[in-house]
Amino acid sequence: MTQTGNEIIIILIWGFAATAALSGVMFAAQRLGYSRLSLPFLIGTMFTGERSSANAAGLLVYLMGGWLFAFVYYFVFASIGRTGWWLGALLGAAHGFVLLVMALPLLPHLHPRMASEYEGPGGDRTLQPPGFLALNYGYRTPLTTILAHAVYGAILGAQLAVT
Amino acid sequence: MATAAALRDEPAAQAAAPGDFPDIGDYALIGNCRTAALVSRFGAVEWMCVPNFSAESIFAAILDRDAGHFSVRPVEPFEAARSYVGETNVLETTFRTASGEARLTDCMTLSPGETGSALYPQHELLRKIEVVKGELEVEISFAPRPAYGRKRLGFASRGKLGWQCTHCPYAAFLLADVELRHDAEQARLVGRATLREGDVRWLSFVYDHYEACILLPLGDAAQGRIDRTIGWWRDWCARCQYDGPYRALVVRSILALKLMTASNSGAVLAAPTTSLPEEQGGPRNWDYRFCWIRDSALVLHAFLSLGFVEEAHAFLEWLLHATRLTWQRFQVMYDLYGETKLDEKELRHLSGYRGARPVRIGNAAHDQLQLDIYGELMETIYQYVQAGGTLDETECNMLAGVGRHVLRLWREPDQGIWETRSQPKHHTFSKAMCWVTLDRLRRLAGTHPIEVDCSHLARECEIIRAEIESRGFHEGVSSYVAYYDGDEPDASLLLLARYGYAKPGEPRMQGTFEYIRKTLVQDKLIKRYRPERSSDGIHGGENAFAPCSFWAVEYLANAGDHERAKRGFERLCTYANDVGLFGEEIEWTTHKPMGNFPQAFTHVSLISAAIALYERKTA
Repeated sequence: MTQTGNEIIIILIWGFAATAALSGVMFAAQRLGYSRLSLPFLIGTMFTGERSSANAAGLLVYLMGGWLFAFVYYFVFASIGRTGWWLGALLGAAHGFVLLVMALPLLPHLHPRMASEYEGPGGDRTLQPPGFLALNYGYRTPLTTILAHAVYGAILGAQLAVT
Repeated sequence: MATAAALRDEPAAQAAAPGDFPDIGDYALIGNCRTAALVSRFGAVEWMCVPNFSAESIFAAILDRDAGHFSVRPVEPFEAARSYVGETNVLETTFRTASGEARLTDCMTLSPGETGSALYPQHELLRKIEVVKGELEVEISFAPRPAYGRKRLGFASRGKLGWQCTHCPYAAFLLADVELRHDAEQARLVGRATLREGDVRWLSFVYDHYEACILLPLGDAAQGRIDRTIGWWRDWCARCQYDGPYRALVVRSILALKLMTASNSGAVLAAPTTSLPEEQGGPRNWDYRFCWIRDSALVLHAFLSLGFVEEAHAFLEWLLHATRLTWQRFQVMYDLYGETKLDEKELRHLSGYRGARPVRIGNAAHDQLQLDIYGELMETIYQYVQAGGTLDETECNMLAGVGRHVLRLWREPDQGIWETRSQPKHHTFSKAMCWVTLDRLRRLAGTHPIEVDCSHLARECEIIRAEIESRGFHEGVSSYVAYYDGDEPDASLLLLARYGYAKPGEPRMQGTFEYIRKTLVQDKLIKRYRPERSSDGIHGGENAFAPCSFWAVEYLANAGDHERAKRGFERLCTYANDVGLFGEEIEWTTHKPMGNFPQAFTHVSLISAAIALYERKTA
């Protein structure tokens, strides 16, 4: 196998592990009552209104996303020519922050089942929007989200070597 | 429920002043088969636990006026009357004031199932207030207090999405088309609105435990959810095959039982409440939000006799499989999911219903030795098989294990059916139920591959019977007695005929019935035993344990005394509250419900008595 092939496999393996760890932290935060943010649920409900299917579909898409971002992280590490768990954690924290401040607040405009504070619930649009920093899903949500993404980044930073 | 209301013929109650506890019979139950809420006749939801029946409460004003409520009612003095919408669990309360009349509809909506494209919250409590005559001002007060009233919440306005409860361990929203304001001092939302004839206002309280909340629209969409919920309950009731007398009360009883059946496990709760006292201000306050093995035979009989085979099957599945943690020994009770650790705690911060303390959660009786439960378990399984059910190999092995367990234990003293907290005794009813265990096991072994020695079981049955007949029967009083070598009466002995230990008309059972009638009847109701003569180890007194009186009716019907049974049954029916619900106990003299409310054991005893009356008359 070529070096590029090996690198892709390593990114896929550690991308999966990092996504699993991220999901684990987010899931634990949910079950412990720290946050109600479930990214697989939010993603899955874009496709279906049925809870269990939404969670399953969302998890699948989320895993794909985790792999995709593993490549993005790899290219970032490669572009700056260094890596390490702390650099990964920093990148992950920044990733989580962007998600909280930019991506999630945009969701009411993009998500077919998400309600907005301006129009109220109606038709299929019944899902509570996350709000700024996803604080609507619990006031510890920013912390748990940034922590989970930092763990994701730290795993990738520790395991992906760049030349 | 025209039956109960008409028989009671009582004037509509005047609204209680804020702060007063309504009578226990002033509550009605609504629910979605995952949790339930008690709504007072004064328009307040005063009991609700989330996410399920046995979890912590979010509204608990029934146990302490400051422990959470959700009230919708007229500002001016009013009279209230209420009923369920036909054969459903959707409640309608009509308020009449000097200036107008309004109708409050309360229900926990049911999701459209897995086929809809729209998301649905874990729970929705939907309230609709509609002025049907004149004009009146309504007042809304929404004060959720999670963790049995310990937590006081904040509220954040989310624009057209309503109000979100903040500092809350889960997602809870109130969406209303009435203007509400945050009363921070009392940690509640309040609002008033003057409504004219035809005006309708909606309040939707939604809850999700782990995920983002699902918020449902008001107006026509909300009406659609009420209609769908009414339709679901009507369709469910249409499966009822009972067409005998007292159908209204029988159907109300099975509807209440369905409300207390957890749809995600099949378990049937004893009652949806905790610590409603057995007597005013008394200390006999227990948590009944669990499933008692003892209730199983009557529960299964009720479901099967009325044609609810699916529920019977789900309940039996729960009984056989959720209890695996303790096989072959069975606990007295389990939680909805078969959890065995039900340690009892006192909630000292709650005042208790009308000062009845302590308020308890959990139940210390869960690990008592009560031998009768094996008889009820085996009878349940026997009934199920008689109705065409089958048992697999694992279940057969479990039953053989139960048989061995009872063979080892039946000579031991126990706490008995009444869960006494005094020294264990040789209770006659417990021994008779051990006889039932071995007798039914022997019969089941005739049709299923259960590895037991049938001749050994038959011999043990004879030994148990001989012992009961010599030590559990008192010649002097011509009656079976509560415990060996005594002369105390016990109402549970009425069930000996029901479980086939004795025939209803035989002299010893007749003598037992007469002895119970002479010694335990007070104010035409039957008490369980004489606590003043046989200490049960618990302080305080109690009222009439409602199922006992229905057992007497069933006994009389089975003994052929139809007229007396009928009179007794009709009198008992007048003690239901205005919407046809019974509690655990009936208060002496006032005949109002007391204790945990509503109580499944009372309702299944009512169903069983009604069926006995019908079947014996038809026969």
